[in-house]
Amino acid sequence: MEHGKYRIITLFLAAPLTLYGVFVLSPFAQAFYISLTSWTGFTAAQPFVGLANYRRLASDPGFWKALEHNALLLVAVPLVTIALGLFFASTLNVGASAGTVKGVRGAGPYQKLFFLPHILPAVITAVLWQFLYNPQLGPINSALDAVGLGSLKATWLGDPAVALWSLAAIMVWTGVGFYVVLFSAAMQSIPRDIYEAADLDGSSRFQTMWRITLPLLRETVQVAWIYLGIAALDAFALFEVLLPDGGPDNSTNVVAQYLYQAAFQNGQFGYASAIGVVLCLLTLLMAAATFGLSRRETIEF
Amino acid sequence: MNIPSLNTVAPVSRRSLLRTTGLLGVAAVPAVSLLSACATGGSDTSSGSSPAAAAATSAANPLGVDATAPLEVYVFKGGYGDDYAKFDEAIYKKSFPKATITHNGIQQIQTELQPRFVAGNPPAVIDNSGASPMVLGTLVGNGQVTDLSDLLRAPSIDDPSKTVADTLLPGALTATTFDGKVMALPYVYTAYGFWYSQSLFKKNGWEWPTTWAELVTLAGKIKAAGISPFAYGGQTAPDYFMQPLISLAVKLGGVSTVTDIDNLKAGAWQSEPMQQAAQAIAGLVKNGWMMSGSSGLTHTQAQTAWVQGKAAIYPSGSWIESEMKGITPAGFDMVLGTLPSLTSADKLPVTALYTGASEKYIVPAQSKNVRGGLEYLRIMLSQSAAGHFSELTHAPTVVKGAASGQDFGSTAFGSVTKAISDAGDNTFMYLFPSWYPAMSKALKTEIGNLLAGRSDAAGFLKKMQAAADSVTADSSVKKYTR
Repeated sequence: MEHGKYRIITLFLAAPLTLYGVFVLSPFAQAFYISLTSWTGFTAAQPFVGLANYRRLASDPGFWKALEHNALLLVAVPLVTIALGLFFASTLNVGASAGTVKGVRGAGPYQKLFFLPHILPAVITAVLWQFLYNPQLGPINSALDAVGLGSLKATWLGDPAVALWSLAAIMVWTGVGFYVVLFSAAMQSIPRDIYEAADLDGSSRFQTMWRITLPLLRETVQVAWIYLGIAALDAFALFEVLLPDGGPDNSTNVVAQYLYQAAFQNGQFGYASAIGVVLCLLTLLMAAATFGLSRRETIEF
Repeated sequence: MNIPSLNTVAPVSRRSLLRTTGLLGVAAVPAVSLLSACATGGSDTSSGSSPAAAAATSAANPLGVDATAPLEVYVFKGGYGDDYAKFDEAIYKKSFPKATITHNGIQQIQTELQPRFVAGNPPAVIDNSGASPMVLGTLVGNGQVTDLSDLLRAPSIDDPSKTVADTLLPGALTATTFDGKVMALPYVYTAYGFWYSQSLFKKNGWEWPTTWAELVTLAGKIKAAGISPFAYGGQTAPDYFMQPLISLAVKLGGVSTVTDIDNLKAGAWQSEPMQQAAQAIAGLVKNGWMMSGSSGLTHTQAQTAWVQGKAAIYPSGSWIESEMKGITPAGFDMVLGTLPSLTSADKLPVTALYTGASEKYIVPAQSKNVRGGLEYLRIMLSQSAAGHFSELTHAPTVVKGAASGQDFGSTAFGSVTKAISDAGDNTFMYLFPSWYPAMSKALKTEIGNLLAGRSDAAGFLKKMQAAADSVTADSSVKKYTR
């Protein structure tokens, strides 16, 4: 029987593994090989140049500047998104007045509303925010004027000091809804009696959040951080649609855009592949570090 | 005009694997990997058939087209549509009834056609245009496009005593000449300058100036009338202000001012004419004459504000009329104003004009029907095909006199054809952004800084000179001269 079992497992796994190998692993391997060539993208021949692309990358100020922007996003976007996600999720699930363990009134529709931005395609999101950020006619500057905060008006996408944060705000806006739903689901699985016990002991809502909810959501938050980290290291679609040339004074160029420029504007597919390989390694490193740094004993309940 | 039947042309839609991966939508790493997955799957290109072998030539068939060879045409279907190409294809079909013509009107030129190059099987004719064309310099560097000298030497369709080259406007082929060889045919002739509403100017009694001092006085009056004198779209196209800047410099210092820049001559960016021109543009910024918020607008938003009367003058090429069709209010009457002279000692007359040529048609060298591709371009350059194009699109072609004296009811088209004929041989353009993509990027960044007041004229020129110097120093970049 044992023998037959393995044969069946092999048989069932063969198809998906082959597909995975052909469509996922082999392109990665090819991208790595291309990164060792000076391929322009238009020829069958790919001249081998060894590690030259990587050496050039190490001393390319354009790449380092783009990486710096990704690093800023990598810190800010997950932090703000998760904080807001947790806040909204706990409001919707355990935020009602003391003595009961349920969400504020009308929590259901809110949840759907929060989720809406997440299902919009990135390009639509970009076009929408293009309109919101319009410095002359856009609702944001108009609203600031209307409430007497005219001094806070900005040229959101045209000023190097604010452009990157304007884009980061869109990423947060897009992401929050999904994490509200994710955290809500995780909170639903926390036994109600824990909350009731905390309530009886006179725990404030902030204490409940910090000492009960958050520790019990550790693994969900960890996953959220990795997802958001990957999004922050990519950020391509949104940035490319809104600020295709790297933004005012190059203040919003990210690595994925730099890669795109190298491949499709400069005709340097070899160099672009090297950037891609580095970006891929950085993403894996980020995921590994997130798991490594936040490893604790799993709490079972 | 007798328009040939169009129903012989079957539109075929090709959707490559690349298209479906949706480059914009997926993460960068998998995107590039998928791309390479396709890219390396191609066959060996060196083993292609020999397309240079031509059929016998004759007066009716000077390029030696194989009458039975199929012809595949790819046209960028953007602002100019692709109907004009169907007209040209019908003429080809009339000359070669046995040839099967496949017409493709597409948007993503690079995405759809790059894999065909790698596979060694590109089509005969490509309109390499739109938002994502293939980089011409790279294609040329790889020997992937046909040298068009056979076409240019061939007799023209309307007058066999003239060659095709004789029928083209001055400067039409400058941008696509690589080391003395013409590698692509730009079809649309573009005039650049400042655009304004004739009706707005008439209503206020403003005249288009011929000297910079007059323009400065005019800008003051416009501002006093409560309108922003100038606008630009800093988010996507701050470099639209570069043609005016270069125009001022070239009129002052002569054409060598710009050829020196293209040829990466040491210190070319900081020449005296460039300094004066950059200071003139920086002066507009310093006076507060740019519409506020311009740095955070796309060119479309800035142009919309302009046609709505929020700004009076906008820098652009002559595509702007068709681009703003449907948004421009009736009676706006946009016209091209050529750049005024900077000083009374300018080397070129005030009518001198920055011209460009776009919709760059190429005939891939590995195509199975190179001769047919060249013949198709010869047909496009006939008076009737070019005139038909202008009639459909309100854009002039590179063909001399194909739409002379007509304005098709458009003030814009009328002003552009007049500017082109007034300029005569005094036309000029810069090529460094298409030769050196790194400088194109630097230009957008640095002129954005200049227009937003983040840098001054000297700072702008210093940064551009540094960008040019780093291209000069980079031995991996192929250099061009003109």
